[in-house]
Amino acid sequence: MADKRRTLPDVVAELRDGMTIGIGGWGARRKPMALVREILRSPLRDLTIVSYGGPDVGLLCAAGKVKKLLFGFVSLDLIPLDPHFRVARQAGSLAVMELDEGMIQWGLRAAMLRLPFLPTRAGLATDVERLAPELKTVVSPYDDGERLLAMPALTLDAALVHVDHADARGNAQILGPDPYFDDLFCGAARKRYVTCERIVETSAFAEHGCLHTLVLDRGMVDAVIEAPFGAHPTSCTPAYGIDLEHLKAYGAATTPEAWAEYRARFVDVDASAYLAAVGGADRVAAIPAPIF
Amino acid sequence: MTDTDYTLAELCITAAAEAWRDAGEVLASGLGLVPRLAAGLAKLTFSPDLQMTDAESLLVAEPVPVGKRGAYQVQVEGWLPFRKVFELLWSGRRHAMTMPTQLDRFGQINISYIGGTFEKPKVQLLGVRGIPGNTINHPCSFFVPDHSKRSFVERVDMVSGAGYDPARWQDGVRRDLHSLRLIVTNLAVLDFGGPDHAIRVRSLHPGVTLEQVEAATSFPLVRADDLHATPTPTAEQLRLIRTVLDPHDLRATVFK
Repeated sequence: MADKRRTLPDVVAELRDGMTIGIGGWGARRKPMALVREILRSPLRDLTIVSYGGPDVGLLCAAGKVKKLLFGFVSLDLIPLDPHFRVARQAGSLAVMELDEGMIQWGLRAAMLRLPFLPTRAGLATDVERLAPELKTVVSPYDDGERLLAMPALTLDAALVHVDHADARGNAQILGPDPYFDDLFCGAARKRYVTCERIVETSAFAEHGCLHTLVLDRGMVDAVIEAPFGAHPTSCTPAYGIDLEHLKAYGAATTPEAWAEYRARFVDVDASAYLAAVGGADRVAAIPAPIF
Repeated sequence: MTDTDYTLAELCITAAAEAWRDAGEVLASGLGLVPRLAAGLAKLTFSPDLQMTDAESLLVAEPVPVGKRGAYQVQVEGWLPFRKVFELLWSGRRHAMTMPTQLDRFGQINISYIGGTFEKPKVQLLGVRGIPGNTINHPCSFFVPDHSKRSFVERVDMVSGAGYDPARWQDGVRRDLHSLRLIVTNLAVLDFGGPDHAIRVRSLHPGVTLEQVEAATSFPLVRADDLHATPTPTAEQLRLIRTVLDPHDLRATVFK
């Protein structure tokens, strides 16, 4: 049986300039941030990013990695708009495709199912369809004759997600309250990279959660990377919540000087230095689950 | 308790709760503090069958108080991760109230950006989020805390949510699932009951004149035949808002 355990640099070395990369999680929740920071340390560039965006998108924007962004929002949840995304948008430095949240789900699902599109009403009668001329409509071939938006498949070169537990073969367990769309990101991608709080024995999954927590099967995963606190400063409940204090400091670092300082302290460092810089394992583990 | 013993926020919460009267067994989503408290108030009074969430992923049997929860135990009755929210809203079993930054005479709303161009906005806002799918699939209402020509605009900078502009609807697109209901503001309660869904002033908050509302709106408004004063909160509504739904008085921050 294949052993899919890898390191962060191994995985990022497999990525290429110009790739379309999907990032799991939602806003400031369960984002593969250790992997995103590894991308920031790499020479990768001109990426197209698909994400229910949070500080993953903000960091990639701040570092100038993003050529095009497909998004419905880029939010820190407890702070409604990611400041680095705002700066990038207002500088006009990104190509964007603005999509309804459900359209992103549909595009990923279409890609996963190898369909060219899936029909939806979301986006019709709004500027979403006007501002993305590549979006077309279809007319139902049945008696209803309804015109629907044909959401094209969002096929990804790579998917990055963060989970609680994975085994060495790539089966993965999500213990939090919402799997978000991580299974669809993996389903839509040619290469699927999963970071986890801890690599466990396959037989240990049952000790940690019920069957419904086994969200990713190994056929959906190419590599697993153990990255404790790898979602920080986003949440990975029940292990830890959203680090609002850190997100505030991150969000305030939008000037070139402040960004350079943030980057030196929290990005251009190894995992142990990062954890120390954000207050250590005990502090992060004690961050309570967010209240919305 | 006298008639004036309530705040503007409490008046707006009470008025906004009316959006969910007779809604039946649908998900009541109030996005933003006043809409959320309004949905809770509707459930605790005249619409007990409403479904609600903890604003994350759980369905709850009673509205969760806003702010710090202390010893409060969330009354879980189901699981509603985002994927199930999307399925539910596409099925139409929801009425959401949101807080648009701009709204035009067709009820088209903008939460995406202000000024500049789509390629380079002057001010980036939230992004469309789920608003396109919401507005075309299930009833939607709005809360606008600053009724002014900046919020009630002639033309929105981006149409994030579908409205009643006929030019926006291609042949064959289903319009019958789209239904805009109430607009509650700091001045008045409006609906889409004018000719061709024109925006109509239904009630004026105590002390507000129709001329004042018109002066704060960039497009013509229809006057309801039975234009009246917005009903003030009852003692029971105030008790529920103050002691059950918002015990930490977060609503005091809505209007500074």
